[in-house]
Amino acid sequence: MAIDYLPLLILIILAMGFAAIAMGLPAVLGPKLPNKQKYEPYESGIIPFADARRRFPVQYYLVAMLFVVFDIEVIFLYPWAVILNRLGLFALVEMAIFLLILLVGYVYCWKRGALDWGGQVRPGDDVVESQVVESQVEEE
Amino acid sequence: MDWLNLIVFPILRTVVLFLVLLTGFAYLTWFERKLLARFHVRYGPNRAGKFGLLQPVADAVKAMFKEEIVPSHVDKPIYLVAPALALIPALIIWAVIPVAKDTPAIADVGIGFLWILAVAGLESYGLILAGWSSNNNYSLLGALRSSAQMISYELPLGLFLVSILILAGSFSLVELVDNPRAWWEWLWLWVAFPFFFICILAETNRSPFDLPETENELVAGYQTEYGGIKFSLFYMAEYINMITTSAIMATLFFGGWRGPFAEEIVWLGPVYLFIKVVVLLFLFVWVRASISRPRYDQLMRFGWKFLLPVGIVYMAITAVLAVLLK
Repeated sequence: MAIDYLPLLILIILAMGFAAIAMGLPAVLGPKLPNKQKYEPYESGIIPFADARRRFPVQYYLVAMLFVVFDIEVIFLYPWAVILNRLGLFALVEMAIFLLILLVGYVYCWKRGALDWGGQVRPGDDVVESQVVESQVEEE
Repeated sequence: MDWLNLIVFPILRTVVLFLVLLTGFAYLTWFERKLLARFHVRYGPNRAGKFGLLQPVADAVKAMFKEEIVPSHVDKPIYLVAPALALIPALIIWAVIPVAKDTPAIADVGIGFLWILAVAGLESYGLILAGWSSNNNYSLLGALRSSAQMISYELPLGLFLVSILILAGSFSLVELVDNPRAWWEWLWLWVAFPFFFICILAETNRSPFDLPETENELVAGYQTEYGGIKFSLFYMAEYINMITTSAIMATLFFGGWRGPFAEEIVWLGPVYLFIKVVVLLFLFVWVRASISRPRYDQLMRFGWKFLLPVGIVYMAITAVLAVLLK
């Protein structure tokens, strides 16, 4: 019944109201002492020399994409998990096949080094001698 | 009276829930500081009130009377919305957690699991938007780290939840606690608890997985450009999330409100839940005082190469056990 969800709506509205009031309070209560330095970026006292809108490591994109793949997998698992007891062996085998296909992808990602983060040597990388020594020291 | 049941009681329940959560948040900060101090062989806060018990009140008053500063280089609307976006999911996730026999905190909507997953998924938005809109290098790096960390650990978390769902056979948390479990189900669940707890530590950005806000490299991560009450809201979100996830773990792994006589005497339910939550919160602080922070590549490797396979294997074994034994 949709009416059962009404308390949740009330809860969300009140939570928003609470957050809005809390955010508005200092504007009423707090002092106002404007000062040019207060409005500058905080970078540990050093005057910032570059904007933060810049490129960042591609690894973050890769993690996001892998997440989408595996999260969709998990979403398929939820309805399956609830009715597994009623469906029995049939559902178990079906899901095993589904998972097996995804596992192939997972192993591929692992072998290609998609799950490795900086500091490690990936197959196919142009490796400078000193880097190899460094990563070996890390593993020990 | 229909409108009474539909509007007035939910509002009253919500207000009570907020009061409990905010008091819980305030005294959790006290609890953590005091405990950490004992772990470090210090006294901790002891000036405001007896045992420093008025310290949270003093902190709250201080935060409210701070000057409102919006730095000139930020993306203003997003910068202002982000703290609220972090706090709102922390407050509403409680709705479906049962606090006594047949009594959820707000509403029994039969989709308890999905509600928790959906709202928990929203939590990372506040942090990411805060870091991005701050237009500060520290903030951006903190936000990137936190988002990558949260989504990486959400996968094994989801797999463990699927395993619990297989055993429970229903999306409702109220039914999950009500339905009796066989002894092997309890034992098998407790095998998963340490892994689940690690995922929760990463999801709530708690030490040792507090890389998004490592103070010695990123100042304060995504919160660097926030001050006063806006900073407090992030803080509030983090601590309320700790309380909430403790309650969820108590419900999933330790029977929630269950305990001796809790079925007959209704008010004992919340008491038992409270005790279990406090024990789990102690665990959070204990871990923070004991374990040092890993490097970021170690963190990601642990999530993707250890926890994820463990989650898949655990789920597969659970499925086989459920089909064979149930």
